Amino acid sequence: MITDTGIVIAFYVIGASTVVSALMVAAVRNLIHAVLFLVITFTGVAGIYIVLSADFVAMAQVLIYAGAISVLLVFAVMLTPTGDRRNAETSFQAPALVLAGLLLAVVVFVIYDTDWRIASRGQFTTTASSLGRAFFSPYVVPFEVASVLLVAAMVGAIILTQDEDEEAGHAA
Amino acid sequence: MTPRPLTLITDNWYDIRDLSNLSGKIEELIRDANGPHWAVWVVSALLGAIGIVAFIGGVAIINIWIERRVVGRMQSRLGPNRLGPFGLLQPLADAIKLMQKEVLQPKAADGLVFSIAPIAFTVPGIVIMAVLPWGRNMSLARLDVGILFILAMSSLGALAVFTGGYGSNNKYALFGAMRVIAMLVTYEIPSVLALLGLVLFSGTMDLADMVLFQEKFWIPLVLVQPLPFLIYFISSSAELNRTPADLAEAESEIAGGYHVEYSGMKFGLFYAAELINAVAISAIIATVFLGGWWFYKLDELVPGWMIFIGKIYAVYFLFVWTRGTLPRFRIDQLLAFAWKWMTPMAFANIIVVAAEVLIWDETGASAGLVLPLYIAFNMLFAGVLIVAWVRFMGPRFSRFPDRLRYFDRIDVPSLPAMRAPAPAAAAPKSGSGAPARSASEGGGDLRGGRLVGGPRP
Amino acid sequence: MLPEVLLATVPLEHVLILGAILFAIGLYLALSKRNAIGVLMGIELMLNAVNVTLLAFSRYVVSPRPLDGQVFAIFVITVAAGEAAVALALAVAIYRHRETVNIDEIDVLRW
Repeated sequence: MITDTGIVIAFYVIGASTVVSALMVAAVRNLIHAVLFLVITFTGVAGIYIVLSADFVAMAQVLIYAGAISVLLVFAVMLTPTGDRRNAETSFQAPALVLAGLLLAVVVFVIYDTDWRIASRGQFTTTASSLGRAFFSPYVVPFEVASVLLVAAMVGAIILTQDEDEEAGHAA
Repeated sequence: MTPRPLTLITDNWYDIRDLSNLSGKIEELIRDANGPHWAVWVVSALLGAIGIVAFIGGVAIINIWIERRVVGRMQSRLGPNRLGPFGLLQPLADAIKLMQKEVLQPKAADGLVFSIAPIAFTVPGIVIMAVLPWGRNMSLARLDVGILFILAMSSLGALAVFTGGYGSNNKYALFGAMRVIAMLVTYEIPSVLALLGLVLFSGTMDLADMVLFQEKFWIPLVLVQPLPFLIYFISSSAELNRTPADLAEAESEIAGGYHVEYSGMKFGLFYAAELINAVAISAIIATVFLGGWWFYKLDELVPGWMIFIGKIYAVYFLFVWTRGTLPRFRIDQLLAFAWKWMTPMAFANIIVVAAEVLIWDETGASAGLVLPLYIAFNMLFAGVLIVAWVRFMGPRFSRFPDRLRYFDRIDVPSLPAMRAPAPAAAAPKSGSGAPARSASEGGGDLRGGRLVGGPRP
Repeated sequence: MLPEVLLATVPLEHVLILGAILFAIGLYLALSKRNAIGVLMGIELMLNAVNVTLLAFSRYVVSPRPLDGQVFAIFVITVAAGEAAVALALAVAIYRHRETVNIDEIDVLRW
């Protein structure tokens, strides 16, 4: 259980602001604003991770999501023209809203219906070194597979975005 | 975070070599007054925050003077010398001028984004200061993942620059913003890899523990790891937009870049934040490479934070030095430099460091034997890599890029003075497509270069 | 003494509900946005919500190896990074061919 007063306050404040900024991602009309609100959401989620005493994951979250993925999103938005920078909805808006609401209702019902076996353990201390040990002893195969996946993603992204004119010009 | 046991240097609470003396005193006072147990955290956090903010305020004022004065000396000028002794009051005059100025906001600007950007640019540099160890037991927030925190925060700063450039709704500002994004994506990788080598070698990501490691083995890590120092210095000066890499503001190309539309105190905040970020990065380098508050036996005589500030300013002088002497790079040079030199070298360094750590662990040799060997080997390794790169990769890099991407589509109209005397020079060029460099022996003619449109081979 | 409100705790259910809300918002974004990049933003938000849930279980629930939730979260972040790079490359490539990233107009299987 989390009982520390400061952490309890932090959880509710950060959680509320994260949800609000996530809603703003859906609500704002300008795609760049949506990306900026998404950065706030990512940072807020990192705060939630810290509350859950996962400080290494939180820092990885800020570094990768707020630092790298949002920059990629900005890049992609800027590479597409101004006319497409509306954050508009398709005709599926109403069904999507209903589906998301239903999913939320079902999940909340399941959350309160299940008997969670709550452990009486305190905060984790020094997660980074234990995580490192976990990566290199029981999870070493997934770890290596993840690196292969990243290389494949990199090669794929480079091939997909290669300019055909440039390719021809280079071959000649 | 869990409370750590306090180990005091002396029992006197006023001994400012150790902040835990002070917080121990505060804890005592609060316990005597029957206050709540958490109040000591609140009070000492507030005190630390006030101290850091005061330091930052001083830095922003003093560094303007240092920067202008030192760069002036390096360029054989005097620098500001009118207001006060040695021009020391110049920063105050600048600040008063900026406050008096009207804060203009373009009508087409993206209001909220435009206003938030300077604040968002300032925050990361201040927050970084909180995790630094200013002395023994003297960090505001000691994180197990301090280095990751620093890297995460410094990547947020560049995003703030993008926000400012985008929100201005100005084409020059947008150029600056896109350059920042491109440089951020490029230079993030070598800086992370450079610090990874240090984390491998010292076996910790906690900044205070890194200083203690250097104190234990009596050696600043810059000697053991010269290559990461070089890589991190260069890539952080690119992230800071300082002059060898200040493409985002490049006042001679894009008129100030991302802050072209800012005026008054909003511009002042950008200006101050740039100095604060420079000091924050200098502080990181001073902590992880130069040993932070430790300097052989000196920290027994002088408070650790004074040594630390001295080291910060030593690194900061290096930044000013590069700014005062080096010209600005082109964007393709800078990006190619990161991808073709710094990233491979950082990878090579990580492999070497991992091997060294493994050898040290397996043989169990004493530090006195191993560390001098490693210093010699790593210095040699760095020197060989740099010389080999300059020898084999350098010349190609310094010319125009082999594949002209956009220049060949730009038709540069020749000036009237150039058009008149050389009708003969144009004929062979359009015919064979060979570069017509012979027309003007000086090579200053635009048409002699490769900027002219027309068929390419 | 502290007031009653400050003595409260964070139950597991509240963390899980936060994850569920973020997941629902992400699902709505992914299903309803017209711009391909908006859809991608929704997917990233859903992955974040899953991570919140994983870390909540790792923090609260009885387990022989409680840190495995964090290991899994790091794998999720890694895969999300690769996925974002490829998806944004796809968006740029589609824009080059079709002059649009509007997913309503990208409706033929072959062009």
